[in-house]
Amino acid sequence: MTATEVTPVGAAAPEHIPYELPRPARWGGTGLLLAVLVLFPLVFPNPAVTSIGVFTMIYLTAACGWNIFSGYSGYISIGHAAYYGIGQYTVALLAMHLKVPAGWDTFGLLPAAGLVSAVAAVPIGFLLLRVRKHTFIVLTIAVMFILQLLAFNLTSWTNGSGGLELPIATWQGSFFNEPFYYVGLVAAVAACAVSWWVRRSKYGLGLLSIRDDEDRARGLGIRATRTKLTAYAISAFFVGVAGGLYGPFVGSVYPQFGFDPNFDLAVAVLVFVGGIGTLAGPVIGTLLLIPLQQYFYLQFGNANLYLIAYGVLFVIILRLLPAGIAPSIIRMWRWFLLNRRRAAAAAAAGAGAPGPAAVVAAEAKQVKP
Amino acid sequence: MVILQAIIDGILVGGFYALMACGLTLVFGVMEIVNFAQGILVVLGAYLSYALYSHLRVDPFLSLLITIPGMFLVGIAVYWTMIKPIGQDRVIMSLLTMFAVGTIIEGILDLVFTSNLVQTSTSYENSSLRVGPLIFPYVYLYAFAMSAVLLGGLYLLLYRTRFGRSLRAAMQNTTAARLVGINTDWVSAFTLGIGVGLAAAGGMVFGLTNSFDAASSYDLISRLLAIVIFGGFGSLGGALIASIVMLVIEDVVAVVWSPTWGQTTFYIVLIIILLLRPQGLMGRRAVRAQ
Repeated sequence: MTATEVTPVGAAAPEHIPYELPRPARWGGTGLLLAVLVLFPLVFPNPAVTSIGVFTMIYLTAACGWNIFSGYSGYISIGHAAYYGIGQYTVALLAMHLKVPAGWDTFGLLPAAGLVSAVAAVPIGFLLLRVRKHTFIVLTIAVMFILQLLAFNLTSWTNGSGGLELPIATWQGSFFNEPFYYVGLVAAVAACAVSWWVRRSKYGLGLLSIRDDEDRARGLGIRATRTKLTAYAISAFFVGVAGGLYGPFVGSVYPQFGFDPNFDLAVAVLVFVGGIGTLAGPVIGTLLLIPLQQYFYLQFGNANLYLIAYGVLFVIILRLLPAGIAPSIIRMWRWFLLNRRRAAAAAAAGAGAPGPAAVVAAEAKQVKP
Repeated sequence: MVILQAIIDGILVGGFYALMACGLTLVFGVMEIVNFAQGILVVLGAYLSYALYSHLRVDPFLSLLITIPGMFLVGIAVYWTMIKPIGQDRVIMSLLTMFAVGTIIEGILDLVFTSNLVQTSTSYENSSLRVGPLIFPYVYLYAFAMSAVLLGGLYLLLYRTRFGRSLRAAMQNTTAARLVGINTDWVSAFTLGIGVGLAAAGGMVFGLTNSFDAASSYDLISRLLAIVIFGGFGSLGGALIASIVMLVIEDVVAVVWSPTWGQTTFYIVLIIILLLRPQGLMGRRAVRAQ
């Protein structure tokens, strides 16, 4: 387990070309994005626009959280709505039984929503992580449906299909969305920060090695089960927080919207479009697709055309950018760097070296998607 | 006696679930793709039979002569346009692609048929055969007979024809099949066609016995995936047994305990089985790598 696994060095390339954008671009881009996100509701105070912002933040938290487990470990979960639902029900039940007043106080329940999800994720993950690949994928859906059925059936607790009402915050009209937006932004930034830390840490290296070859990682001394389980719990935490934010925002919790199969797939789609297993992927995917999806939704009314438009868009993105947007950007950047170096080398010493296309192709073969 | 009745109901209903599940598991076995759209394709089959019956008065069972070939062609078209171009990372990409296809079909169905629940209602809908205290609704008997015929046909196709041999070869080892001169692309396309055709047949019965709308597909696909996992991915016999076992468990629990817990119990049984046998009842054990 060496550091070279994070940024594989292309053995075929005579010179090393980094697999990242240059540092000023990364940090500058992050800072710029953060500034835009902070200023966004101040520039566009229209409630219809800020509500799109709130949904974007909720999904951003969930997508970053999901990516920490599924992106880095390679175990694709399409049952994370289980924790979205647990988060919603935790907040709703705590608010009801502890008589938490509406408004800022409900945000105090967010860590509880995350913690309950993470704690629930430990036994569930322990069971699920015994299987791999497609069996794992399908079992995650099965667990999500079990929890949905429990939410329907444990009526004394969850009020079944009648759902639970949450106290509605008393903030006035146009200001209503802003608190949710900023709390969501904090949660999303926290999720991204943890994702960043995992990506850079020795722990994250273990996780990535499991993605590449689990049996070999075990052979090298990675405690695979423990590593996977921790990542699973961390990602459940953030998805739970996202749920805990969604519940009070819409003011009610229902089994079919808490444990929502559409949520499962939506999160996976966001991360795949952005680039799975990358730090920026979930952010790019979410910031691009959720506003678009909400716009389609508002534009085309409540169903039908919206679903068709979204599905077609999804097929197109999968076809054009199978690796996701972030890896495609990196690839283009490397292409550009390589061309520039070749041009400089050719100018200095004349032609003769293999063309840039061949080198990039040879390197691309070595990189696992 | 109530329990015996529940077991009989479970077996009869399990028959047509086996049709849909076999379509799913066959496609997985040959191509390693998870057809996530199978749920909505079943609903599409149900809507086609419903439309043929309510507008042209074609008997649902006869309408299969139109819907199965039609859906077969849909399957082939989906293979060439959607699945074939997928290069690497097939399991995941195909799952997402088929999800997108399913979303598009769901949107179209919602647009054409609206989201009101409908059900194909025939003249023999409420009549049933009585043997002593036991009740056999004709709809279920016909459906069971039809499932048996179709599954028998599938068996003959797989084990008694040249195409079946190619298909089984592709299932065992795609690369080796290609090396001995089998056109695996066409085998895959036909397999997806067969899988989707079976969804049409299952959907017809589904529309006959349940009221449904496009959103019913989520419940269906989760059941079908559970059945296929239970039976072992790529195993037809496993899918057959698992469908019947699942429906029997569900019906028995519904009778002795409460209808709301039937499906939950099945999922719990599924998880217990998988803890003991991660590859499912009759699946092959995954070899190395994830």
